Amino acid sequence: MQISRRGFIKVAGVGVAVTTVGAFGFGEAEAAVVAHVRPFKLANTMETRNTCPYCSVACGIIMYSKGDLKKGDATITHIEGDADHPTNRGTLCPKGAALKDFIHSETRLKYPMVRKPGSNKFERVSWDTALDRIARLMKDDRDKNFVAKNADGVTVNRWTSTGMLAASATTNETAWLTYKVARSLGLLGFDNQARV
Amino acid sequence: MTNAWTDIKNTDLVVIMGGNAAEAHPCGFKWVTEAKANRGAKLIVVDPRYTRSASVADFYAPIRQGTDIAFLLGLINYCILNDKIQWDYAKAYTNISYLVKDGFAYKDGLFTGYDPVKRDYDKSTWDYQVGPDGYVLADETLQHPRCVWNLLKEHVSIYTPEMVERICGTPKEKFLKVASMIAETSSKTKTMTSMYALGWTQHSKGSQNIRTMAMLQLLLGNIGVRGGGMNALRGHSNIQGLTDIGLMSNLIPGYLNLATDKEKDFATYMSTRGFKPLRPTQMSYWQNYKKFFVSFQKAMFGDAAKPENDFAYDYLPKLDVPSYDMLRMFELMHNGKINGYICQGFNPLLAAPNRKKLTEAFSKLKFMVTMDPLETETSRFWENHGEHNDVDTASIQTEVYQLPTTCFAEEEGALVNSGRWLQWHWAGGSPPGEAKHDTWIMAQIFLRMKKLYQAEGGAFPDPIMNLTWNYHDANEPEPEELAKELNGYAVADVKDPADATKTLVAAGKQLSGFGQLQDDGSTACGCWIYSGCFTEAGNIMAKRDNSDPEDVGLFPKWAFSWPANRRILYNRASADITGKAWDPSRKIIEWDGAKWAGYDVPDIAPTAKPDVVGPFIMNPEGTARLFARGTMREGPFPVHYEPFEAPIKNVIAPGIRGNPVVRVFKDDAEQFGNSDEFPLAATSYRLTEHFHYWTKHNRVNAALQPEFFVEISYELADEKGVKAGDWVRVWSKRGSIKAKAVVTRRIRPLICDGKKVHVVGIPLHWGFTGAARKGFGPNTLTPFVGDANSDTPEFKAWLVNLEKTDGPAVS
Amino acid sequence: MAYVTPHTASANPPTKGPAAVGDMNEGDLIRRSATSNLPAPTRQLEPVAKLIDVSKCIGCKACQSACIEWNDTKPGVEHNVGVYENPHDLTPDMYTLMRFSEWINPETDNLEWLIRKDGCMHCADPGCLKACPAPGAIVQYSNGIVDFVHENCIGCGYCVKGCPFNIPRISKDEHKAHKCTLCSDRVAVGQGPACAKACPTHAIMFGTKEDMKKHAAGRIADLKARGYSNAGLYDPQGVGGTHVMYVLHHNDKPNIYSNLPADPKISPIVNVWKGATKVVGLAAIGLAAAAGVLHGIFGNPNRVHEEEEAQAEQLVDRGVH
Repeated sequence: MQISRRGFIKVAGVGVAVTTVGAFGFGEAEAAVVAHVRPFKLANTMETRNTCPYCSVACGIIMYSKGDLKKGDATITHIEGDADHPTNRGTLCPKGAALKDFIHSETRLKYPMVRKPGSNKFERVSWDTALDRIARLMKDDRDKNFVAKNADGVTVNRWTSTGMLAASATTNETAWLTYKVARSLGLLGFDNQARV
Repeated sequence: MTNAWTDIKNTDLVVIMGGNAAEAHPCGFKWVTEAKANRGAKLIVVDPRYTRSASVADFYAPIRQGTDIAFLLGLINYCILNDKIQWDYAKAYTNISYLVKDGFAYKDGLFTGYDPVKRDYDKSTWDYQVGPDGYVLADETLQHPRCVWNLLKEHVSIYTPEMVERICGTPKEKFLKVASMIAETSSKTKTMTSMYALGWTQHSKGSQNIRTMAMLQLLLGNIGVRGGGMNALRGHSNIQGLTDIGLMSNLIPGYLNLATDKEKDFATYMSTRGFKPLRPTQMSYWQNYKKFFVSFQKAMFGDAAKPENDFAYDYLPKLDVPSYDMLRMFELMHNGKINGYICQGFNPLLAAPNRKKLTEAFSKLKFMVTMDPLETETSRFWENHGEHNDVDTASIQTEVYQLPTTCFAEEEGALVNSGRWLQWHWAGGSPPGEAKHDTWIMAQIFLRMKKLYQAEGGAFPDPIMNLTWNYHDANEPEPEELAKELNGYAVADVKDPADATKTLVAAGKQLSGFGQLQDDGSTACGCWIYSGCFTEAGNIMAKRDNSDPEDVGLFPKWAFSWPANRRILYNRASADITGKAWDPSRKIIEWDGAKWAGYDVPDIAPTAKPDVVGPFIMNPEGTARLFARGTMREGPFPVHYEPFEAPIKNVIAPGIRGNPVVRVFKDDAEQFGNSDEFPLAATSYRLTEHFHYWTKHNRVNAALQPEFFVEISYELADEKGVKAGDWVRVWSKRGSIKAKAVVTRRIRPLICDGKKVHVVGIPLHWGFTGAARKGFGPNTLTPFVGDANSDTPEFKAWLVNLEKTDGPAVS
Repeated sequence: MAYVTPHTASANPPTKGPAAVGDMNEGDLIRRSATSNLPAPTRQLEPVAKLIDVSKCIGCKACQSACIEWNDTKPGVEHNVGVYENPHDLTPDMYTLMRFSEWINPETDNLEWLIRKDGCMHCADPGCLKACPAPGAIVQYSNGIVDFVHENCIGCGYCVKGCPFNIPRISKDEHKAHKCTLCSDRVAVGQGPACAKACPTHAIMFGTKEDMKKHAAGRIADLKARGYSNAGLYDPQGVGGTHVMYVLHHNDKPNIYSNLPADPKISPIVNVWKGATKVVGLAAIGLAAAAGVLHGIFGNPNRVHEEEEAQAEQLVDRGVH
């Protein structure tokens, strides 16, 4: 290393006297832009408190948004940990810190789609068409396969030819409504990720 | 979790085994680093891999996956032989002194009553001796040969440090180092916390893995105390909530159970519930079962649930099998017995075992509905992606609806974290395109079916017609309305049992807690353990007062913690038999001569005298169980069983494959591989850069960990001629995948029963949709078999083979 | 839309504009690249520092994720090349990077997985700034932050060669040098850097340099009590100390942490290039020669890309003709 360093200084020294600053075209006078830091990007945003939807540490997050939620055009522009939250104290893991890009993922679903039997593609369908068809398929299957009594004559009122997996990232309130619907139909093939 | 994330700061020793908190729960792991930095706490990691948690541990010990019970029973044996038991705790708060029936015995890996054809036990001898007064017999001196203590001592005696090394591959001196550190927490003023996750549950004996650690924690006196406990880290943001609310085949909210075919009427159903105390003066809280059940039925069916029809008992379906769990459903689907399937925020094509079987099963469905904010492989199971999803699209006749839902940022409601906190959150963004709330979608499906039943009639429409639906907007029930139903309300005036002229709760008012629930139909409550979360005082889950008196780490006014806003379960056990804290510096509640008082809501009746009522009020004994009676399918004590695919035979019972009581479907049994053909021990796991199959849709996380890989040791890489960054093929009896190779010192071969065992680590975050590179999930390889008690798939231990391969998988 | 309004409006106030505290501007500069007549700063800001406690770091990459989100960068989706580092190196779109090394401690024969968050050290004596030929492209504030002013950057890559830690990266599309700003935009409104806020285990702390040194002392005592007798603070004096410091369990061997230099110094070449004449020096010797020698000096792979060199040469050529 000693040798290299000495060697370099020697070589560099040769050039020092050769030319002048002005020839390079960027003398001090031309550096017109004064030093500045980037404008703070959270200015004039709306804050909403939420919890991270990934693991069950349930870190508190603050979502910064622009636009009006009531008008349906609120866009989340940034997400950060909630420093008031007792568990995470403002911190977030590599997933939580990038939540904004989950919301705006290119593979977010935006429209109901149907894939017809044998087809190689999804096609857009209206909500009404999709929901009416789903209700019809479910009712037909329930009516055909519902077991009111077992072989011993005991009332069992079950429907096992259709099943459902519920989402363990939905809210309690969604879960309760889902539970009510599934059980009122007599579904037993009913699980969530807790099974895994 | 028995405790809370923030309580981990109070511990002296953290044992991470069966989990990898630093990797999978980084912000919760913060409290481990706080305990280390501020209390001088130590961290032990026991894992087949030197993990991110291990990277900041004080001590790391390797273990072969699937052998945790041998290790843990070895620890119990060590504590017994070295007299490292918290004796006052164990004698007073566990069933250590109770006498067990004479017929009960254990031999060669099996307990009394095994039926190899049924793969099940006659459990009649797995119980206590009962005296003429109806109470369990006990010998406080622990001299009686049939007392739990003496049976346990005998049972664990074979798990010596040498046996642990032989089974687990953990060098004896490393095991002894772990044992000596753990044993120190038998002191009344030292405590240990157990942090575990799917590394313990995803085994064919997952429930027993957890139970074994719980037994050790009871012997050490570490349950119910600050900085102690059994802390399940849990996977998804509301996996606790969905379990609490009973979205499982066999559950009713609040850990009640659906009836089976044998329970033909309500009286029969109740006859095996509402347990009477097994010891004098005990609470046996499940005596209130009927109040919880009736109030649930009122919440479901309103006026249609009445005394004359046993509160609509027949409106609920009954089970003819223990459960229609996910594995059973896919088996039935594979057999052509299932026509429709709805996946709400669930991606089973990558989340359930044996992907080939899953694809075949889905292809036999008439219709599938998916509800998700993101693309899923499941919703596109029919789409050909070359090697990554090699299906014959045209031959698949399944009609698939893919419904776009909102995500967390666009919706309001509560999630329950692993510390049982119900935390409310608010919407901040507008949904993209036509995405809709799950509540709207479920309401639409229901209302449209109901309309069809009104118009056409059909099979037993009564529960559909009578389902309570008193929402402001029937098309989209509001989260607050649903939360109020979960909390419960008075249907009619609730009278004071002590004075009938007084009304405790007026009709229509929200209940203040489950203590107000009635079994006469005057109260409705969706989920009894949540009662208190949305009272007349408002939405308690939305409370954001982060004060923490005296810095104990409990945050009692932050959100709501079930049950009854209690932050540490079994907290009565933090005090001795006289009601004084075992460790004055870690007081939670103490008996002040008239009542229990302190930082937390007492987990006992506030005026229950300390030497009269035991801390484990949900058990009819009032104590915790070292001997589990008939509650576990494998037996009252844990036993080491190998995974169904294991590199060595079970050294304590060479004739037994896997767990002898696990349900195995015939086709799946034929697809178990053996170690001669598949000599490498595989395990699957998460990486910190990703969350399951979600974040591969996120450009940031895709950049941080872009491509599917497997991890192997330098030793195995040398044997196979593989270098870091090479492509390798990994295959099991069920499938084959290609991955990049990460060659690491963090995995080393283990010597088990004299044989060198190589470990192959297979992370799980890639598929054929999203921003990350296309890849495979480990479920292409894993066996279709689950835990005996929970049917959770055995994702953590199976067999594969591996070779270097050329070029990437084509797609 | 049945429910859209947060029910806790009082708990969700709109964010206020930038706070006045710590606002950083031209008057706070103590150094400015290629500028000899910089006016004296109008005030002295409290020196700040980021402290990275390697013994608490779990390598989760939350710092990388938070950095990408705050700075709105777009690192590409690369391949796995057999290691955990992703992206594989610092890039113009990845200002900080977890570097992983598997080290067998010869004293215990135990594996230690040493994970170091790499990125700009914000040297008190910044080699990048001294090497920079573009006036005002690199500035140093009196609180210690070394920041790049992109409008003034000419993308020549000299900062890369002047940096003893091999940190700045030149973007191929816009030809500007990029590196960690210590989140100067956050510090200016009284907040800490995004990575420090996100860090799940508080392995990254931010505060005044004095406070960070005090905090480090406590951490070092804890590590020594756990048997790390050589635990210490990495605040290399060869570059005048740094405003990003490490707590290392093995401070006697910084190089085991993915080649953290034991005694970093500004290359003597930079001291030879006085003011704007530095450009001349490099022009005269030719960049390829400089690169070769620099490689020898730092003992690190030279990460200046060929196209970047060509581009710099072009620039120098333009200047000459």
